[in-house]
Amino acid sequence: MFLILCPTFAPLKKYHLTVNKSWWKIAAFLLLIYTIAGGFLMPVPHLHILNETIRNMYFHVAMWFGMMILFTISFVYSIKYLRGFNYRNDIYAHNFASLGCLFGILGYSTGVIWLSVTWMTDQAQSLGTVLKEPKLIGAAIALLIYGAYFVLRGSFTDIDKRARVSAVYNIFAFMMLFPSIWVIPRLVGSLHPGAPGSESGNPALNFKDVDSRIRMVFYPAVIGWTLLGVWIATLRIRLQLLKDKSLLQDVNK
Amino acid sequence: MKLLKKILLLLVTALSATSVFAQENKVEMADVMRSNGKIYIVVTICLTILAVLFFYVFTLDRKITRFEKSNKD
Repeated sequence: MFLILCPTFAPLKKYHLTVNKSWWKIAAFLLLIYTIAGGFLMPVPHLHILNETIRNMYFHVAMWFGMMILFTISFVYSIKYLRGFNYRNDIYAHNFASLGCLFGILGYSTGVIWLSVTWMTDQAQSLGTVLKEPKLIGAAIALLIYGAYFVLRGSFTDIDKRARVSAVYNIFAFMMLFPSIWVIPRLVGSLHPGAPGSESGNPALNFKDVDSRIRMVFYPAVIGWTLLGVWIATLRIRLQLLKDKSLLQDVNK
Repeated sequence: MKLLKKILLLLVTALSATSVFAQENKVEMADVMRSNGKIYIVVTICLTILAVLFFYVFTLDRKITRFEKSNKD
């Protein structure tokens, strides 16, 4: 991933060079065309309660996968910053984290729409049960921890101190993703697929292994959405690098 | 996966056996939308949004590239 990103920061001279270096941007576009066309038209398993909404896998679940990948990239750049204190890596970490947050918020809000149909209407779960849902609480905690990352960044006036403290905090925030999103909902049981508790009450959500018909579109969808996120993040990074050009030159001298 | 296949097979055979008596056992899908072709309108609209979104990001990309070029001294 990082090797792919590097050439895009180099100045582009000719059009054919642009095509060569931005092949992954074209790939993102083609993959997302396939995601939407295939996602709506291709066959999906017939599941009770979920019905056609299983197609949300290509959009809602892909958002969370994209978020994890973007947060991982941000985490790696934070470590890279702490290893050499290169201000450039701080800009990378910050912008990848903000795009990850955008994906997380999109995943959360699409999830709320999805659950309001499948859990509340079709499954007749009470609002109390849904509000106690550990996956929702965990995801909210994880996103709020990342929210605090941006608050923390904003509260520093000194650039070096900001970069250093927020890099350490970013590592902590990334580590908190695992218990809050992945571990605790699986321990305590939840309505969300992938939890042990979902066997009781809703057999439709209890598909432990994703069907091959879904996988055909799901994996390209994850790659496509992630590449779009990476593209937007690189645009933000490039703008920031232009803005802080004087600072970066000072560092290099 | 094997378990899932077995369950699906069981479901299919069970459903085909009972379908004569109970049609409501089938999982309801948006088959009407597919049969009258209205699903293609949804796909076209989503693809239009996607294309414009990508065009927008592409123009932003070009603008920033131009900026980078003029800033390079």
